[in-house]
Amino acid sequence: MIRLEKRTAPSRFWTYAAPLLAVVLTMVCGALLFAALGNDPFVTIRTIFWDPLFSEFSWYYRPQLLIKAAPLVLIAIGLSFGFRAGVWNIGAEGQYILGAICGAAVGLAFYPTESVFIFPLMIVAGALGGWAWAMIPGFLRVRFGTNEILVSLMLVYVAQNLLASMALGALRNPDASGFPGSRNLARYPSATSWINEGAGLHWGVVFAFIAVIFAYITLSRHIFGFHVRLSGQSPRAARFAGVNPGLLVLICMGISGALAGLAGLFEVAGPSGLISIDFNAGYGFTAIIVAFLGRLHPVGILLAAGLMALTYIGGEIAQSNLRLPAAAIQLLQGMLLFFLLAVDVLTHYRVRFTSRRVV
Amino acid sequence: MTTPLLRLSGLTKAYPGVVANQDVSFDVQAGEIHALLGENGAGKSTLVKTIYGLVKPDAGQMALQGAPFVPAEPRAARAAGVAMVFQHFSLFDAMNVAENIALGMENPPPQREIAARVRQVSDQYGLPLDPSRIVGELSAGERQRVEIVRCLLQDPKLLIMDEPTSVLTPQEVAILFETLRRLRAAGTAILYISHKLEEIRALCDAATVLRLGRVVGTCDPRATSAREMAELMVGSSLHVPHKAARPEGDVILTLQGLSAKAPHRFGTALREIDLTVRRGEILGIGGVAGNGQDELVAALSGEIRTARDMVQFDGQGIGHLAPNARRHLGLLAAPEERMGHAAAPDMSLTENALLTAAVRQHLTARGFVRWGKARAFAGSVIAAFDVRTPGAGNTARSLSGGNLQKFVIGREIMQAPALLVVNQPTWGVDASAAAAIRQALLDLAAKGAAVICISQDLDELMEISDRFAALNGGRLSDPRPAQGLNVEQIGLMLGGAHDMEVAHVDA
Repeated sequence: MIRLEKRTAPSRFWTYAAPLLAVVLTMVCGALLFAALGNDPFVTIRTIFWDPLFSEFSWYYRPQLLIKAAPLVLIAIGLSFGFRAGVWNIGAEGQYILGAICGAAVGLAFYPTESVFIFPLMIVAGALGGWAWAMIPGFLRVRFGTNEILVSLMLVYVAQNLLASMALGALRNPDASGFPGSRNLARYPSATSWINEGAGLHWGVVFAFIAVIFAYITLSRHIFGFHVRLSGQSPRAARFAGVNPGLLVLICMGISGALAGLAGLFEVAGPSGLISIDFNAGYGFTAIIVAFLGRLHPVGILLAAGLMALTYIGGEIAQSNLRLPAAAIQLLQGMLLFFLLAVDVLTHYRVRFTSRRVV
Repeated sequence: MTTPLLRLSGLTKAYPGVVANQDVSFDVQAGEIHALLGENGAGKSTLVKTIYGLVKPDAGQMALQGAPFVPAEPRAARAAGVAMVFQHFSLFDAMNVAENIALGMENPPPQREIAARVRQVSDQYGLPLDPSRIVGELSAGERQRVEIVRCLLQDPKLLIMDEPTSVLTPQEVAILFETLRRLRAAGTAILYISHKLEEIRALCDAATVLRLGRVVGTCDPRATSAREMAELMVGSSLHVPHKAARPEGDVILTLQGLSAKAPHRFGTALREIDLTVRRGEILGIGGVAGNGQDELVAALSGEIRTARDMVQFDGQGIGHLAPNARRHLGLLAAPEERMGHAAAPDMSLTENALLTAAVRQHLTARGFVRWGKARAFAGSVIAAFDVRTPGAGNTARSLSGGNLQKFVIGREIMQAPALLVVNQPTWGVDASAAAAIRQALLDLAAKGAAVICISQDLDELMEISDRFAALNGGRLSDPRPAQGLNVEQIGLMLGGAHDMEVAHVDA
């Protein structure tokens, strides 16, 4: 018989080992899945996890990894503040869209003027857009006690419709003879977020690293980070320590909204280039997985985003080279979160194998 | 000699890292009130859970009336005639007494029949209880009667009671004892768990003392002094706090018509509380749990905000100030619930030191935490208050209740408060730690600080306080000098018992 016994303190070893074990288990079960689909499991796993980094075409894939990972890091870092404080912002996707719309709108308003001030203005607009969108569920929770999970999630669908209407209406490229979508910001020198397109380097990558450092210092050294952790673990103790719970909700929502908005802005002004109906690619949702995979720890999130980007790029290679269905890749990503949560039991519980015989 | 009702021989139960019971053997006779004594963590709970079928022993046997007794689950224990009244009640507030009792039965008879039996049992044993009352409206003492009647309806041979008097007023305790004596006369054995020694001396026929999981002694409580029993429990001679005479200081705190809404549905509203507290005095506030204690602490600590002048500290209205602003002025508090309120269980002691000491100990600089200084402060609390832990890096959860309480109280005292508010400072704390905490409160007052000590332990309040007041339904009685108050007067201040007199048995 297997019994679980609660540990008095979370295991230090398993805190770090659990994500690794989850990755290994995902690889094993993924291999079984691919074998069942008729693919060579070893080749498939190698294609997904190895080829993007070390194959002969890795010069092309490596920049792609940066491009995929940067928005995930930015959004997940923001979410980690809220998740640690017990504020469940599930609507980062919507905040990401609003950041892109607001930032792009500012850039397009100046077209075709060239000025060094345009891009910084777009950054501010993008962050404010995401922040404002996140303030809606934040304010409703603080003022009326609504559930921020539902409200923020619903607002994703509102944002998607807003995005479609922008792509077809206000922000549509007037020179594109009726095709939906805005002008290409990546081809507008004052508004592009690219630093070096060939290397996959854009300002979002820079901001992602800044966000990691900022989050690390805030959470480990600043009293605000302490209050965030305290609020998540013991809300009553936090109030006793002098934390204003409503204000904390708003700040956490604000940070995650602003960072998601930034991610949207950098994406629309660089890799994506334009506001289109299908501009958003689910980064806001994947970032939730990244945040938990990274243990809500800034460095962990950096590594987890890298791993996630790897499965995206590797998955694309597997789709084109091995004819693997796209759903199989999503299944793989789902498995990763599933195993992580399952293995998490080991961090808080000790597994004991006991004989069935009881005295 | 007759066969004992319950015989325990060599019961052993180990949990990872701790042996809860080791080779525990003793007998409980029919028609006997048997006390099980011990400090917190002595293994009392594990032992009674074993008897009630909640815990399986690693070794050892139990025999009930001579036959082997191996209850696989509480249901089996109940079927064999063992009933238990837990410290925490499991009742539904929205239902009436008879419905609650029916819920605990395997095959409940119709409501009318239950009501009739409840009346019969409550008459027989002097437990006034109306089966049609809604449980939510009952006092703690009445709720306990529901639990007892629920047990008695099973006609148990052995009734286990876990710290039954901790929620009762003195008058309610008297009613309970009368009931237990009638049960004893009817031949029921009672295993009575408590650490209130005077109660045990008044009630029990035999006592078994546990320490660190082992039986360290048995005695006849009627012939043994409370001090001897306490020393048996603790394993060393007990330190009795020393109360020095103190000069009366200036007024430090004034409450003027302090009123506050109940913070949540099951809270208590504070009503028109007037009070002055002087430097150098200890004001004891008694009351049955749930009469506004938590709310009063919150209104003083700043977790509940009120109109500015309802709370005046050192002549300045502070009712509107947040907790840290009040700490800055010198008003510190230690709430009742250690885990999750006074301390964060999964955080280290260093982080828990930061929780309240950031302002007064300057543990932050421009918002950045000075972890080294926080660690040093936590270390000094650990050293000064003899907190048993490997170090400040250990989590609050890893400490025993008494040690964490010493840390929590010590954390506030080391910040040199002008006024310290503590709620249940020794609740669930073993005797030696409790004595140390009380002494620390007395020392603090001797240095000129004011202390408000809220507690349900009347002995404790009488031991340390200069003046005594009682909370009842969110109102505070006028404080009276503690010296010379007797149990009767205190009981009346607490609001007396509900349905005080023993039920009349109609001839």
